[in-house]
Amino acid sequence: MLLLELFLTFAKVGVMTFGGGYAMLPILQREVVENKKWATDEELADYFAIGQCTPGVIAVNTATFIGRKTAGVPGGIIATLGVVFPSIVIITALAGVIQMFAENPIIRNAFAGIRVCVCVLILNSVIKLGKSSIKDMWTAGIFAIILLLAFFTNLSPIIFVLLAGVCGVVLKSLEAKKK
Amino acid sequence: MMLLLQLFWEFFKTGLFAIGGGLATLPFLYDLADRTGWFTAQQLTDMIAVSESTPGPIGVNTASYVGFLTAGIPGSVIATLGLVTPSIIIILIIARFLTAFGENKYVKGAFYGLRPASTALIAAAGLSVAQVVFIGDTSSVFTFLDWRALILAAVLLVCTRWVPKVKDLHPIVFIAFSALVGIIFGFAA
Repeated sequence: MLLLELFLTFAKVGVMTFGGGYAMLPILQREVVENKKWATDEELADYFAIGQCTPGVIAVNTATFIGRKTAGVPGGIIATLGVVFPSIVIITALAGVIQMFAENPIIRNAFAGIRVCVCVLILNSVIKLGKSSIKDMWTAGIFAIILLLAFFTNLSPIIFVLLAGVCGVVLKSLEAKKK
Repeated sequence: MMLLLQLFWEFFKTGLFAIGGGLATLPFLYDLADRTGWFTAQQLTDMIAVSESTPGPIGVNTASYVGFLTAGIPGSVIATLGLVTPSIIIILIIARFLTAFGENKYVKGAFYGLRPASTALIAAAGLSVAQVVFIGDTSSVFTFLDWRALILAAVLLVCTRWVPKVKDLHPIVFIAFSALVGIIFGFAA
């Protein structure tokens, strides 16, 4: 029963994700953190960080993590199948007319509007995540530096994630020594 | 049957080597188009535009489409499964490690640094979208910002954060509302 619930919830998340993996975050926060309480905002931030430096699609990695945490290995597999299921159905259904679909002015206008909304929803998600991840001067510094570097340079996110992890270990060790 | 196995294997490799999200799969897929002739580079380019206008992660949508072009509906399913299989295996291993070592002080320290970094990467991705959405025609100062998009964003921000009851609505409501506004006011023009 839990497996079915996982599949359906993640299929719902898959259907509602417009504009790539990051746009999934606001939907995940609503469905998985607030409604189902399968994970916390902190855990979502962890999963996204790991998803950045492991192979594959971030949305899929996050689904596997949450599924496994909720219902073990079968849960991880079922949640992942759930999140990709709508894509397969929608793309296969549209495959014949996909060209027309992308060029249709109504669809183009709708998605131009949706992109504005995705910006605002991501901002809201970042504020929520920030509350649990930015706790002091050090974490605020890591946030600011990586935001600037990620936006203005083309460096791989893997570098940022590794650096931030090392910084975290060093800072926590220094803090422990002081005490 | 051979073709399906081959599809699975090619997408398995793509899923294994593409690090950093769906868009990272694209160079591998262009290479695949070159080597196999299953689909053309042009079809792939079109697919990126389509992926941005259908729900779902871009990497998964692209795999479904390319699989369909190659071997119909079974191809679509097999290519997608191929793409996600390495992720599932790797993440299950990492999750096991985290359960075992999550309380270790070094692992905890690492996550203390990782969380703000992860938040920053998401914020940067949001900024990249914002750049496309809010910066209009850069040839004149008057059209530099896309005012209609800014007004919609301001309305959405107020509604999702401060208006009682409205702010608790499901995000999909705001997405649908924005799609409607986009159609009525011709946002793509």
